[in-house]
Amino acid sequence: MSKFKKKKDGGLPAISTASLPDIVFMLLFFFMVVTVLRDDNLLVQNKLPKADQVEKLKKDRSVYIYAGKPSSRYQDKYGSEAKIQIGDKYTDLSNIKFALTEARQKLLPELQDKVMVALKVDEKTNTGMVTDIKQELRDLNMLKIIYITTPGNEINP
Amino acid sequence: MARRATPEVNAGSMADIAFLLLIFFLVTTTIEKDKGIARQLPPKEDVVDPPKIKEKNLFIVNVNRSDQLLVEEKLMELKDLRQAAIAFLDNGGAPSGSPEYCNYCKGKRDPESSDNPDKAVISVQNDRLTSYKMYIAVQNELVAAYNFLRDRESERLYGWKFTEKSKDLDEGKIKGEAAKEALQEKLENVQKLFPLKLSEAEPKKSGQ
Repeated sequence: MSKFKKKKDGGLPAISTASLPDIVFMLLFFFMVVTVLRDDNLLVQNKLPKADQVEKLKKDRSVYIYAGKPSSRYQDKYGSEAKIQIGDKYTDLSNIKFALTEARQKLLPELQDKVMVALKVDEKTNTGMVTDIKQELRDLNMLKIIYITTPGNEINP
Repeated sequence: MARRATPEVNAGSMADIAFLLLIFFLVTTTIEKDKGIARQLPPKEDVVDPPKIKEKNLFIVNVNRSDQLLVEEKLMELKDLRQAAIAFLDNGGAPSGSPEYCNYCKGKRDPESSDNPDKAVISVQNDRLTSYKMYIAVQNELVAAYNFLRDRESERLYGWKFTEKSKDLDEGKIKGEAAKEALQEKLENVQKLFPLKLSEAEPKKSGQ
């Protein structure tokens, strides 16, 4: 029995873990503060094109439009033609106006006039579709748009 | 009265609970990083009398359905587009002494190219089947050309780069209302020297 006891006086003292909860809480609060829970469920493929001459998006006054081919798990149901998504559902070109007005109403009232439309379009989409969306936006008089891109450059990737 | 000592609460599992929460937030976090190229669409109204633009003041960029570039009737690689756009905007072809003379331009002053940056218009024509990737790449190059020239002018006038200061303003690094307004005014001055004049024609149907 005494065999085991002997070792003890030569060993290192245990490291105190009393401050561990504090450290973890600090990290926890950091992530809680920066977290934005994803509000749109992506239904389309969304690989954004690259650009480097960019501006920041003001998130509180923007409405998102996604466009691209349906994600692989929806392709059986919706085919592989490019589609437009606003909010949580697919939208037809003719229905864009309604969907956008609805999305705009969710913003703060004082920012509704300064609304900016953020276009998140997959890089493989045709420009024709983007043009159609822009025509609808002009009809709606929502003239400020921003093409969301990822950092990088097409010339030397 | 003998006070009964309350037994100490065991806080050993606190760390575990906190870890659990931490991992949940770690997984759900998406730090917002949305950036992009901002544009103002032209309002929808019938233009009764479209302004006449001389051919030499127009820089036509044509993108076809297989993502090839035709710039001023010549085939061009994407990497040369920026330089070509800079040369066009900075040309300053109006003769010295005329009211349109551009005294800050450093280009070739070719009378066959643009008169001054205020007159110069870049027109982009896309095919409907052009890929969005190419479309953005072209827009990016053209904005880069403008930014290059604006940087050059702001360095000459004020000693700082236009793009850096406008980024500072966006990110709220400039403190104080007066400083903000002063900077805004200077930025607008530089913008006036090289106003962004990008026009987009209605894309053609493929095959036309």
